[in-house]
Amino acid sequence: MSNIDIKKDKELDCSIAEFANANFKLESGLILESFKIAFKTFGSLNKNQSNAILICHALTGDQYVTGFNPITERDGWWSRMVGPDKPIDTNKYFVICSNVLGGCSGSTGPKQRKDNEDIIYGGSFPSITIKDMVGAQVKLIDALKIDKLFSVVGGSMGAMQALQWSTDFPNRIQTIVHIAGALKHSAQNIAFHEVGRQAIMNDPNWHEGNYFEKESIPERGLSVARMIAHITYLSEDAMHRKFGRKLQSRDIISFGFDADFQIESYLRHQGRSFVERFDANSYLYLTRAMDYFDHSETYRKTLEFINNENDNIKYLIISFTSDWLFPTRENKEIVETLNNLSRNVSFLEIETDKGHDSFLLEEPDLDIAMKGFLESNYGKTNE
Amino acid sequence: MEKPMNSIRSIRKDWDLIESLISERSRVLDVGCGEGDLIQQLKKNLHANVHGVEKDQGLALKAIAKGLNITHGDAEKDLFQYANQSFDYVILSQTLQAMIEPKKILTELLRIGSKAIVSFPNFGHWKIRLQLLLLGKMPITEGLPYSWYDTPNIHFFTLKDFENLCKEMNIVIESSIGLTSKGKQFSLNNTFLPTNIITHEAIFLLSYKNFEPIKIKTTNKMFAKNSAIIN
Repeated sequence: MSNIDIKKDKELDCSIAEFANANFKLESGLILESFKIAFKTFGSLNKNQSNAILICHALTGDQYVTGFNPITERDGWWSRMVGPDKPIDTNKYFVICSNVLGGCSGSTGPKQRKDNEDIIYGGSFPSITIKDMVGAQVKLIDALKIDKLFSVVGGSMGAMQALQWSTDFPNRIQTIVHIAGALKHSAQNIAFHEVGRQAIMNDPNWHEGNYFEKESIPERGLSVARMIAHITYLSEDAMHRKFGRKLQSRDIISFGFDADFQIESYLRHQGRSFVERFDANSYLYLTRAMDYFDHSETYRKTLEFINNENDNIKYLIISFTSDWLFPTRENKEIVETLNNLSRNVSFLEIETDKGHDSFLLEEPDLDIAMKGFLESNYGKTNE
Repeated sequence: MEKPMNSIRSIRKDWDLIESLISERSRVLDVGCGEGDLIQQLKKNLHANVHGVEKDQGLALKAIAKGLNITHGDAEKDLFQYANQSFDYVILSQTLQAMIEPKKILTELLRIGSKAIVSFPNFGHWKIRLQLLLLGKMPITEGLPYSWYDTPNIHFFTLKDFENLCKEMNIVIESSIGLTSKGKQFSLNNTFLPTNIITHEAIFLLSYKNFEPIKIKTTNKMFAKNSAIIN
């Protein structure tokens, strides 16, 4: 019998849902005997449980969507979007954000100890997919005794999870906000991930993923991986606007390999600070989960024939003009499928030079669309 | 039809006319829907299931924030995604003259919808004729308020031109309404009126003449699916 226990974790300042004897079957066929999900909630669940919004985080996100993050000691990653009187208004909605399966902020992942053993999973952690992440989230939603989510919201890898919700649990959701995602992870995106993973796996401190035993951390590899990835989150225009060829704390070039340019110094800083908060193995597992994501052949069929009980889900799909990681074209594939099936979908392409990261940054149109879409659908049962 | 008391008051006079052509609870696509006010009105008054396409980001955003189903996109590139006959009505209001390929758009409207509602400013209106005749300059009127160099309207046509195009394309004009510049309404079938001169704005309800019966050949029999025949 599965056994669910929800505890407060003081150190992590969040809740932990422990699923003992869950026999959680992963897409790979392997089984997690038990697992735990770290999560935070904001606002309060109303009487008829119609105001719950699940926010799915992106690759390096966590459950600290808003408020204080005790790991980084900074504001949550989407504080500008989520909170009292923010577009996702916690005065009105009950917001749930959980760390994904395979993550490193308290949920079961390669950094955690194995069931009833004193060994850290490390490289022996099973492969995780987006479907598995969503499968674990639905267990959490069950544990919170919520029958139907008002909305599932996510950007990037979070958008992948939102899409997965629509195919796997259509009856459990009323609306979806899918920002900067795609039906599949593209060859170019897999390529960038592979370079990042190679950087980690070629770090002599990686030890096939069992670096905790050796009391070492593949810092250099992980920071290089982050630097590469960070480039893909920006756009050429934004990089030029922000950094250009400006030099870093110097007037002349050094004729060496120091961080002469501001962009170099910025990327090095991004790499360094990432290592402090993220686990290298989690990075490997989660990038792989994204790579494996592919609904390009199945999405239409699934909506049309398999999980078509709830064809009244309202979708909002948003893309950004300068996003070359999850470009408009790929977001539009989802919109085209939904429109072709006469589903309730809205699509907005926001003009910006801030690249893929736009969804985390100051974009007034994103806020207006989010707020308006949620508000106008709130309190309505699906027509 | 009796309208509910809380009907939103139309901002544009042709909206009520468009509404009068649409039956209750139908599926409606508005191509070039702007802020979505027309479909909002149809949703409220007719309980229609409404969708819109809008090219402008700011307008699409406003319409999305109202909770309408809006696809931010270009009518000339993005209509392909809608399935054949997936709407009861497809509306193209005051936009045909701004399309690069008006003929192609008309075909698309009637592929997607069983009926199309098209409204446009009549270039044959007497004010326009007079301006061109007397001043020798491209006309500027309330309905067509732009100078020739900055107008979004790239294909000017008259009532007669449009009727001829429908004939050529085998499109049936089910109903047609004219509006004078003062907003007076009349039927365009009225042969006693010089319609092409007094019509400031025209609204057409269109459909296809008849479908070719769908013939399915099997080894034994020939089936003709008569339900596809309208006439």
